[in-house]
Amino acid sequence: MLRSNLPLVIVFTTALLLIVAFFIPHKPFGDLESRFLNWYAIVSGFTFLLGIDSLTRHHLLRVRRRVPGWLYSLILLLGLFVTLFLGFYSWVKFRSPFALQAPFMWLYTYMIIPLQSTMFATLAFFIVSAAYRAFRIRNFAATLLLCAACLVMLGNTPLGGDVWQALGRFIHLVLPSVDPAAFAALEVPAQVKDWLMSIPQAAAVRGIGIGLALGGIAMSLRIILGIERTYMSS
Amino acid sequence: MMAAFFFVLIAAGLVPPAGVAARDNPNDQGSAVLITWSASEAETASFRYVILRSPASDTGFAPVGDEPSARTEFTDQDTRDGTPYWYAVAAVSGADTARSAAVGPVRSAAQWFNTARTNILIVTVLVSGAFLFYIARARRGVKMFVRKIAGLDSIDDALGRATEMGKPILFSFGLGYITDIVVIAALPLLRKIAMKSAEYATPLLVPSSDPIVMTAAQETVKEAYSASGRPDFYNADNINFLTSDQFGYAAGVDGIILREKPGAIFWLGYFYAESLIMAETGHSVGAIQLAGTTETTQLPFFVAACDYTMIGEEIYAASCYLRPEPVMLGSLKGEDTIKLVLIILTTAVVALGTVAALPGLRASPLARVYEVVAGWIAPAY
Repeated sequence: MLRSNLPLVIVFTTALLLIVAFFIPHKPFGDLESRFLNWYAIVSGFTFLLGIDSLTRHHLLRVRRRVPGWLYSLILLLGLFVTLFLGFYSWVKFRSPFALQAPFMWLYTYMIIPLQSTMFATLAFFIVSAAYRAFRIRNFAATLLLCAACLVMLGNTPLGGDVWQALGRFIHLVLPSVDPAAFAALEVPAQVKDWLMSIPQAAAVRGIGIGLALGGIAMSLRIILGIERTYMSS
Repeated sequence: MMAAFFFVLIAAGLVPPAGVAARDNPNDQGSAVLITWSASEAETASFRYVILRSPASDTGFAPVGDEPSARTEFTDQDTRDGTPYWYAVAAVSGADTARSAAVGPVRSAAQWFNTARTNILIVTVLVSGAFLFYIARARRGVKMFVRKIAGLDSIDDALGRATEMGKPILFSFGLGYITDIVVIAALPLLRKIAMKSAEYATPLLVPSSDPIVMTAAQETVKEAYSASGRPDFYNADNINFLTSDQFGYAAGVDGIILREKPGAIFWLGYFYAESLIMAETGHSVGAIQLAGTTETTQLPFFVAACDYTMIGEEIYAASCYLRPEPVMLGSLKGEDTIKLVLIILTTAVVALGTVAALPGLRASPLARVYEVVAGWIAPAY
């Protein structure tokens, strides 16, 4: 009974204190939020030991069982412990692992950052393949999406301006009374893009945002009142 | 020496700052005084304001801070509550100084209520009241309807397909922490998926980016397997920690997807730029994918790459949908009612603002009403 009710009491009391603290700046309420966040940071710092334990066990098991790809697990374990060793070494020798001349910083600058950037760069290719599927004309909604995306892309790139200027010159050839410079100054692709982004797009995002805020409040109330308990596996 | 220097008013073309006022900094924990003044015309590049403080009205002024010419306020955050202080502001340009008259006494104090958040308090009370009203109503046995959520209905199909193909199921919370409500909202879905996975004897993989989320996921899956009568099926090694690094996590999950080729993938949690990298990899191995996130910037990527996407608060409603008990549905009903009220209010305020902006009505009482209402709803604007 106590095992299941105590967490609920802690959650309810903590939530109530934080809600009260949001409206009362006077001590001891004013700095409660930052105090709780500090506690959370300390607790979560220690839980990284759990993470390292999980990671090490998982990959040691793979290496021991020689499952396909076990060499990658070995490289991961080596990488983990070399990084850990260099971090401690830099801390002792340079007083901080983030000192510019520290080997840990070298590892960070010349290995971790390029690897992160490489992974991020693959996003460009994935965007193309996802966009191809999303923009295939299957129904009215997909067609609308394709048209809106094309207009936004034209408005966001120099190509849109170039196309608009070329159109101005072409119209000038057909109708000499149209001034191509004045036509170009209208910047219709950029205007259309701005309208799409600031009116329909912003309205949709705000609508979703309002729903999310209300859903968040409802979910929080369910947690505070102990109605939603899955987070404590019950 | 410095104080004496500033106390002397040197008139060398500089005009002392006008409209100097000092008051207790509002809505704070105390120990702060807010000093304001009117903008002077900055004559040189070196022009700045020096704020002076003294425990007496006529002597002992010492600088406590300075501000560039564009600023017209300064918060002295080093005061003792209840102690009287006098302030003056000096305009300084090179060696020239022109000091204003002293203002005071002013005492700093902590406040028991943040008046700037009155509107939030009122809305919170109203919103919470509506939720509690509908929860109480549901407890009394009033029947409530909940609309179908296609994404949630597809869970069984996705799990059945993975089982038929003899492939595992993958579940990811993304980069969410346990402090994110969306992660807590995704836990009941993980529980449902774990129960089905135990029923179908299909392995469930949950790579995590946060050790606390990993622990919560392990406990949820273990409990779900026990509830399904298959505690022996639980393998803690399937719910493991990868890394908290964004793209390291994406690389790790992509590796798992390409090696294990899951038949069903659930992306439910907090995602950033890595969302598409992972979801497209999932698509490339032919998995049925269901996504749900509160991160609106990632929704288009999931819509493009996944078979089903829960948009907006649908993921929050999932636990009510899966456990349609009266109290759960009551909170959902409360949410919908407030949404309806907000739609009506938003439409009314937009209409009011539009009418008030019409030529000839801009100085009318209608425009003033709109300003007050809009200012109350969003003071920053």
